[in-house]
Amino acid sequence: MKGNAIMSNKEYIIKDADDLRWELGENFHDHIIESVYNEAGAIAAKVIIQKEESKKFHFDQWLDRLVTSRLTGFPIMFLLLAIVFWITIEGSNIPSGLLASLLVDTIHPELKLLAQNIGMPVWINGLLIDGAYLAMAWVIAVMLPPMAIFFPLFTLLEDFGYLPRVAFNMDNLYRRVGAHGKQALTMSMGFGCNAAGVIATRIIDSPRERLIAIITNNFSLCNGRWPTQILIATIFIGGAVPAHLAGVVSAGAVVGIALLGVLFSLVVSWGLSNTVLKGEASAFSLELPPYRPPRILQTLYTSLIDRTIFVLWRAIIFAIPAGLVIWLVSNVDIGEYSIAEHFINWSNPFALLFGLNGIILLAYIIAIPANEIVIPTILMLTVTTVNIVGVGSGAGVMFELDSTADTAEILFSGGWSALTGISLMLFSLLHNPCSTTLYTIYKETHSWKWTVVSAFLPIAIGLVVCFFVTQIWLLVA
Amino acid sequence: MSNIQNCETCPIHNVDNLTKLGINMEGIDYVIALTGNPNTGKSTVFNNLTGLRQHTGNWPGKTVTRAEGAYRYNNTKYKVVDLPGTYSLLSTSTDEEIARDFILFGKPDVTVIVVDATRLERNLNLVLQVLEITERAVLCLNLIDEAERHNIEIDHRTLSRELGIPVVPAAARQKQGMDELLKMIHEVASGKYVCKPYRMKTISKKVSKAVENVMQKILSEYPSLPNARWVAMRLLEGDQSIIDAVKTGELGKIYSVSKTQPQHVA
Repeated sequence: MKGNAIMSNKEYIIKDADDLRWELGENFHDHIIESVYNEAGAIAAKVIIQKEESKKFHFDQWLDRLVTSRLTGFPIMFLLLAIVFWITIEGSNIPSGLLASLLVDTIHPELKLLAQNIGMPVWINGLLIDGAYLAMAWVIAVMLPPMAIFFPLFTLLEDFGYLPRVAFNMDNLYRRVGAHGKQALTMSMGFGCNAAGVIATRIIDSPRERLIAIITNNFSLCNGRWPTQILIATIFIGGAVPAHLAGVVSAGAVVGIALLGVLFSLVVSWGLSNTVLKGEASAFSLELPPYRPPRILQTLYTSLIDRTIFVLWRAIIFAIPAGLVIWLVSNVDIGEYSIAEHFINWSNPFALLFGLNGIILLAYIIAIPANEIVIPTILMLTVTTVNIVGVGSGAGVMFELDSTADTAEILFSGGWSALTGISLMLFSLLHNPCSTTLYTIYKETHSWKWTVVSAFLPIAIGLVVCFFVTQIWLLVA
Repeated sequence: MSNIQNCETCPIHNVDNLTKLGINMEGIDYVIALTGNPNTGKSTVFNNLTGLRQHTGNWPGKTVTRAEGAYRYNNTKYKVVDLPGTYSLLSTSTDEEIARDFILFGKPDVTVIVVDATRLERNLNLVLQVLEITERAVLCLNLIDEAERHNIEIDHRTLSRELGIPVVPAAARQKQGMDELLKMIHEVASGKYVCKPYRMKTISKKVSKAVENVMQKILSEYPSLPNARWVAMRLLEGDQSIIDAVKTGELGKIYSVSKTQPQHVA
């Protein structure tokens, strides 16, 4: 007893509090809360002077009724999303081409020339200029314009106060599948970046619901995957309809993929909350903030600096080593073929079952650190293996094409079909999160188990979906 | 409102005694905590003071971790900690716990409570809870421009008298009222302005006595605990996590956790 003097002292505090609690009665908590509310009300009454009702308030209410109504809420949401994508698709084509002709058509040959003049060994020259530099150039050309358009538009909506309305529309769906209504908000964050979305799940109190939100955040198409979706939709979906409709139809296809992602997040949430993460959905209150006139210039500035440059920088950092790897696997031969060709030939039969091909699989493996650089890798590998004469600059050289039409030509001659395009869009939505997101998931959950689940569950779903789509397509076509 | 604008455009008033220091934290004199309900503009105030660009957005729950920055005003260096928004100090979600633990155990020199002038009554619930546990606070009556558009007028002088702390009307998005806020933070931190924080009056004698009783016992066990009063209330409510923290001695550790290095959201 003596040795435990401190221990018993602590227990004594608790016992004392327990006794007093009995004395005070059960409604101690309510009593405190009630006091807080009453006194806050009394003070407020003394200092708030409400003059006549404002028109502004009525406008807010009217707008809220419109954007959160059962009838018009969802259509308005889809329409806004579609408009944002349409502006992004239409607006980024030309600057992408300009950037490509500058970085790839002009600067790349200059660099090659310079390397030759200073007598750089061929393999270093290839590795650095054809590998690392071109990977970086491609990422800038393909990613910068859509991001510089998409992020400010998205930030304007956020600044205006539309995001909580989206959450308000969706929360009921999430509750019904046994998840937390606030998951609608973290899902919206995921549309920007999944790692940010995973951190945002801290607003969810219950560990069970938070875990569901973390695992399913990957189904929100992140900005690393928007360019892939937009490009493939433009080529395979936009290419199949008359030119004047191409922009609208491709935007529609991207919205479709994004919505499919939302659907999967609902279905998987439902699956998890009925199996390994069983439990009741908890109640919560969601505050609809007032609409605020967006500060356009400031939004443009901060979204460019904080989002666009930040994301682009990350992409560049990942693109450089990936560029090195691409050049190496395409230029180091084992026997008759390069490492890349060995892998592609070996994995092709398997990949074709899912409507994909060996090139796509290899590109995904090389691009595991960052989803952003999948498309450049695919193009380069396609050119190398099918040996299209006159395009590209040889093995392991990532190149930019002046227009989407050129890109389409390469892909078609590489044996691509509409099915490949659709499968790639599906697989790009349904695969493992990028390495940054996985690291964030581990940091937030402190669990290897859930990190592994978050990585492999989407891949499994992706393969199953691609398999069925392909088999049905082949039966029908 | 109009006189605020006049002051801010006046060259004499805009003395350049504010230096935004970003994340440079050397030789800090005072620590300022920014707290308040979600979506009242804490991060905007934070950005105005420190010159940093903590992400802001019009929805509750946007800030989920602490962000820290610094500024110099009148040759005094301040560290500002931007906390996630919270509706009360009794909540349990991770983001709100971060805010709660810092206000309770991080020993800020001044707590700046940012409130939404258009929803003052509801915001006051948190204000009263914060005032229960701190001696030095400044109320930033933010979004005063929006309140005006809604034809709401706030008698901020009476409010200041009632609460016993300085009340600064502000429109942080338009950078209005920031000079006055800096001045009042300085006065409270340096002890020039002595707060007489509002303490709740309708809590019964019996309850106050019980709280006092438990609080004294906690203090004899944990003499350096900054907020024994709040811990006592939680114990009386039977909050299991606090009971465990007292039992295991974790209570001392909560304090050390909130003194850890600055964290920034990517």
